[in-house]
Amino acid sequence: MASKNDPFQFQEFDEAGDLLEANRDATTISIDDEDVKPQKQSAATGFSSEADTEDPLANDDQAELLSGQKKSPSFWSFEYYQRFFDIETHHVKERIIGSMMPWPRKNFINVYLRRNPDLYGPFWICTTLVFATAISGNISNFLAHQGNRDYKYTPEFRKVTIAATIIFSYAWLVPLAVWGFLLWRNNKMVNLVSYAFMEIVCVYGYSLSIYIPAVVLWILPFNWLSWCTIVVALCLSGSVLVLTFWPAVRDDHPRVMIAFLSVIVLLNILLAVGCKTYFFTIPGNKTVTPTNSTT
Amino acid sequence: MAASEEASRPFAGLSDVSISEDIPVEGDISVPVGPSRRDDEFSTLDEPVKDTIMRDLRAVGNKFIHVLYPKRSSALLRDWDLWGPLLLCVTLALLLQGGAADHEDQGGPQFAEVFVIVWFGSIIITLNSKLLGGTISFFQSLCVLGYCIMPLTVAMVVCRIVLLVSSGVIIFAVRLVVVTASFGWSTFASTAFLADSQPPNRKALVVYPVFLFYFVIAWMILTYSP
Repeated sequence: MASKNDPFQFQEFDEAGDLLEANRDATTISIDDEDVKPQKQSAATGFSSEADTEDPLANDDQAELLSGQKKSPSFWSFEYYQRFFDIETHHVKERIIGSMMPWPRKNFINVYLRRNPDLYGPFWICTTLVFATAISGNISNFLAHQGNRDYKYTPEFRKVTIAATIIFSYAWLVPLAVWGFLLWRNNKMVNLVSYAFMEIVCVYGYSLSIYIPAVVLWILPFNWLSWCTIVVALCLSGSVLVLTFWPAVRDDHPRVMIAFLSVIVLLNILLAVGCKTYFFTIPGNKTVTPTNSTT
Repeated sequence: MAASEEASRPFAGLSDVSISEDIPVEGDISVPVGPSRRDDEFSTLDEPVKDTIMRDLRAVGNKFIHVLYPKRSSALLRDWDLWGPLLLCVTLALLLQGGAADHEDQGGPQFAEVFVIVWFGSIIITLNSKLLGGTISFFQSLCVLGYCIMPLTVAMVVCRIVLLVSSGVIIFAVRLVVVTASFGWSTFASTAFLADSQPPNRKALVVYPVFLFYFVIAWMILTYSP
């Protein structure tokens, strides 16, 4: 059809409008299936009603998309876990730094996680810690037995398995227990703050990240350095955990609250001191490799 | 009357239609079998065994060369195979034996441990890359990670040869340099293939586990003591 100026200009509505202008009695059928009614109206109102009948359908689609996932994928499907890997490099960096610097008013979950817990951080931080502990322990053993003629160096590969068991059970079973405990207390009294299991796992995983440099520093055979590092690491990671769980138990019975927080801190201390004692030799005591114990 | 008669016999006009003798209605409906030449292109059943083996060996060797000179080629990705990784893993595990494993416990890694670390580690890294939204397929990623162990296997061979001479501090320094260089080479080669399949804001998240994987293998090689 001959358009006004440019034949290649996209003028669909104008043409149809012209047609409708030409023939007011023409029956127009809108595209959606439901409304096939003749529109004997003028062009402007015709198009607005057409737009209206199309819009509710479009709105329905948009509403479903915008409201998020209506149906969540099954636990056994791949997409279920893809949700927990929806992060970028700078997110991981921010979360790691945030877990090393506790701030009195900032709750790790609220500030850094923001309803987007991830599994990447906890898993790879735990794996790195396992290998860092085993390797650093091996090196520190070697350095401690430097002058000893009878010492035969062995890579001590079994310790990797032991370290993995300890660290992964701390990072997964303790959050399970904490989550169960908070669920139980939530039933007893109304709490404003409740955490999802994945968020608790996330906090615990990221709180272990301070131990990676600590473990590397334990290679150096200076006793005072090792104990300084332990104390600093314990304070930082312990306070991150306490500050995170404080709002969840704040309204609870004070004895329960104190017991809960002290158990969290105690388990943290146990992990740090246990790893240090088992994997690392303090120079001066030549004990650690248990060659007498079999299997 | 005539019209009704005609109407009652609607096909009356066709009664005198006969098939002309000129149109042939007979023939052969058997499907002609194509010449056996066409089948030979796709069927490798008749070729000598040497050809079959050499073709696979050549493919594996080709991929080794691609690992040695990691350019942006897609040969590793397109025709993936797991023969090369299996060969490398078995070689590495065998070479790591006979170390301080004279006493059963606290020795070096056992054969099964090396196997499990290499394959299980590759699978976990592949899963990680796919969960982060990578476009590479599962077996392609396993193939790349397995083939890029080759520099580390070469370093293991060099270490064992060097350790036959003596085992002092200088030898340790030589081993350290060799293992570090091959570790860097492996990581660089595999990230050249793997990092392209990720969106740019997640590249570091995918590269770090690969780094950790080859670091652990390099550690196993470095701490091998006769």
